[in-house]
Amino acid sequence: MKSFVLDVNGHTRSLKAEPETPLLYVLRDQLGLKGPRFGCGLGQCGACTVIIEGTATRSCITPVSTVHEKAVTTLEGLGSSRRPHRIQQAFIDSQAAQCGYCINGMIMTAKAFLDKNPRPTEDDVRRALARNLCRCGTHPRIVDAVMHAAKGA
Amino acid sequence: MSVPFAVTRRQFLQTGGALVVGFSLAGSIGEALGQTVGAPKNFKLVDAWLAIDANGRVTVYSGHVELGTGVETALTQMVADELDVPFASVGIVQGDTLLTPDQGPTWGSLTIQVAGLQLRKAAACARRAMLALASAQLGAAPGDLQVANGAISRGRTRLTYAALTRRRALEVPFDEKVELKKAGAFRIVGKSIPRVDIPAKVTGEFTYMQDFKVRGMLHGRVVRPTAMKGTLESIDDSAARKIPGFFTTVVKGNFVGVVARTEWGAIKAMEAVECRWSDWSGLPPMDQVYETVKKTAVKQTITPMKEGDAAGVLASAAKRIDATYEYPVQTHGSIGPSCSIADVRHDRALIWSASQSTHWTQRQIAKMLGMNAEQVRIIYLEGAGCYGRNGHEDATADAAILSQAIGRPVRVQWMRQDEHGWDPKAPPYVADLQGALDATGNVLAWNFVTWLPFRIGGAVDVPLLAQDLVQGDVAIQTADNMNAGTMESDAKPPYTFPNVLSTVHKVATTPFRPSWLRSPGRMQNTYANECFMDELAAAAGADPVAFRLKHLQDTRGTECIDACIKAAGWQTRPSPNKQPGTGDVVTGRGFSYVFYDNARTYVSAVCDVEVNRKSGHVRATRFVVAHDCGLIVNPDGVKAQIEGGIIQTLSRTLIEEVKWDGSRVTSVDWASYPILAFDAVPKIEITLIDRPEKPAWGAGEPICSVVPSALSNAIFDATGARMRTAPYTPVRVQAALARL
Repeated sequence: MKSFVLDVNGHTRSLKAEPETPLLYVLRDQLGLKGPRFGCGLGQCGACTVIIEGTATRSCITPVSTVHEKAVTTLEGLGSSRRPHRIQQAFIDSQAAQCGYCINGMIMTAKAFLDKNPRPTEDDVRRALARNLCRCGTHPRIVDAVMHAAKGA
Repeated sequence: MSVPFAVTRRQFLQTGGALVVGFSLAGSIGEALGQTVGAPKNFKLVDAWLAIDANGRVTVYSGHVELGTGVETALTQMVADELDVPFASVGIVQGDTLLTPDQGPTWGSLTIQVAGLQLRKAAACARRAMLALASAQLGAAPGDLQVANGAISRGRTRLTYAALTRRRALEVPFDEKVELKKAGAFRIVGKSIPRVDIPAKVTGEFTYMQDFKVRGMLHGRVVRPTAMKGTLESIDDSAARKIPGFFTTVVKGNFVGVVARTEWGAIKAMEAVECRWSDWSGLPPMDQVYETVKKTAVKQTITPMKEGDAAGVLASAAKRIDATYEYPVQTHGSIGPSCSIADVRHDRALIWSASQSTHWTQRQIAKMLGMNAEQVRIIYLEGAGCYGRNGHEDATADAAILSQAIGRPVRVQWMRQDEHGWDPKAPPYVADLQGALDATGNVLAWNFVTWLPFRIGGAVDVPLLAQDLVQGDVAIQTADNMNAGTMESDAKPPYTFPNVLSTVHKVATTPFRPSWLRSPGRMQNTYANECFMDELAAAAGADPVAFRLKHLQDTRGTECIDACIKAAGWQTRPSPNKQPGTGDVVTGRGFSYVFYDNARTYVSAVCDVEVNRKSGHVRATRFVVAHDCGLIVNPDGVKAQIEGGIIQTLSRTLIEEVKWDGSRVTSVDWASYPILAFDAVPKIEITLIDRPEKPAWGAGEPICSVVPSALSNAIFDATGARMRTAPYTPVRVQAALARL
């Protein structure tokens, strides 16, 4: 077990973990966050996405040792149901969730993408989300939501 | 919070003036409530179905559950409207085996149609009972009273539902024949009310099954055999014991599990346990799976339709067509692998599960643990979408076995390879069709034969994987225990022909543990029927839609088809397209139609495709749909289901196929079993046909049933090549083009 210090959603968090422990389990099991989700553990589906120092990252294949003293943002760090971030609000307005399990990854990937590409085309959005999987078939609404969020910025 | 072990119905009544148990059973409240076991509720009385507390808040007890399709919102609309209370004052307790009625599994797009109708009836009974009580108290006929916003009034005198409920108004019999609101009276039904669950789901506040925790909980993982029916020969867990947080190894028959104090510890321990399994390689070769199905012993044969003498007419027909359609083994592909927590004590078990059929699972788990059903309580928590019977129930059994072995609460989170590799599968499907045309291009005879897994009757779920492993026998695909859903539905065509024979052979075994996957059988049967109808139309030189219409004697079905082709701008002409384009990429359009289950929900669809003749790549560019499910409760909810059904079934038809070697499933992740991504999603245009005066039928599954045939027919229109075996991979499309 080693000690690590992370900036999670603007708060300094100190914790002990095996260095190779994926960040996902640290966030979910030790820090009690529910935004990042376990989907595959292989970096294939995107459900676990968090933003590390501005980059959308798959937390299920990111050892906690690599994020020591770095800034991690999770879905909870964007907003709440009382005060949703504009991307979250756009997902609500577009009713862009069915089971909703993949949506963390969609929103976090979109957030990092829009921060760098504030005026995307629909095709840009589709490309940005190409490696995020959704099984319910919510894709058109997700693209709508991200486009609306971009326009509302 | 301390709650006694057994709480009687009366004690609950005394706590809040009504039989009210909280809306959200997640978190610590759920844990505390979970310690209670009570006498079964009496669902012959209305107050078992819904309760109204002192503040007028309504709690509905629903055996059907939210699986991500939006039914929580739609059911709330139905109850609020029928009861005349504000939408926001209604909450639903779902699937808790102690508190909710057994309404059967949440399957078949039957929640609105069947379970919702029952809830509406309960609400109507409650409203009627309160109106009768108010009528007596106010000395006025019910017709002279106003009912609105959870209160009954006459002039300035107002009696709230809360006050009437305190006088035990809801302790009246549930009346199946109670009169329901009619078209024109709905205030909330028919509106696109935003889903109640979405704000929490997009902010990380929602508690999925995978998020739930209980005090003292340990983490379990299961070590799977290397061959599906391999038996455990030896085990060495010495390396696992050195993993930080390791707690114990549990071995029962062929069931091998590890338990650790941390989740990562459990995963590491699972990987560190070294098992030797016996060899087994009894699976049929992948490329012979459909022949294997046809050669399987038949346990029962049924004929869903028999008119005239199809065999005789076909034998002497001047113009006869034969075709065989094949649809692959597929997995549910939930994005979140299955998860459950079990706390099994010597005399009772408390379980949290995302099972779509908690009441069935309760009975299965009780039997497995050697308990009575009443000793097992399952509390439902929503998981990732399951689209049928996936691994949720099996993860529940895994957790129960581990918890029983160690006497502590255990959370089992399936890994990706568990879900892809070991969830029960949609069975391989094959159908042979033969048709004869007369001189005027009408269908003279139609013969359909398919082979489906024998389905054991009654309320029997798919067998639990863990139980089979414990018993040392994963002989899980025999006639004694198979339930792949009522796959014979839609085996008969929706059209009228003079000579028809539809035959379904129920086979005694199938290669994998079968279960239902969205639109089970209906989708495959409609695939065969609607592709074949297209082949007959082409043989007759007829426009595919006109050809169907002249064989269809169903006004409502005809209206659905008309609405679809009008919206699509359908050009009347035969297929294939004479002007599909000149480059590598050619375009076409395909049509398909279903009367779902031959009993409910009409769907018509036009699919536009682009086919790259060089690469064999198929891209659906547009889907135009007309959809008639009777009364529409939530139009946007129906649209979301249609969009999802199209995209998911396109994915299944274009790219999805479970792969295996002789011993086991080998497609155990998203690289080996990919699903459709954003770039392949078509434009979707939907026409909803609302019939508020008609019963509400299901939505969700019906759209799925027309997708593969619309796509195949469109590929034919574009290229002249028939795709009869899914998925339509570039290699298969190239092969079909090469045969032209």
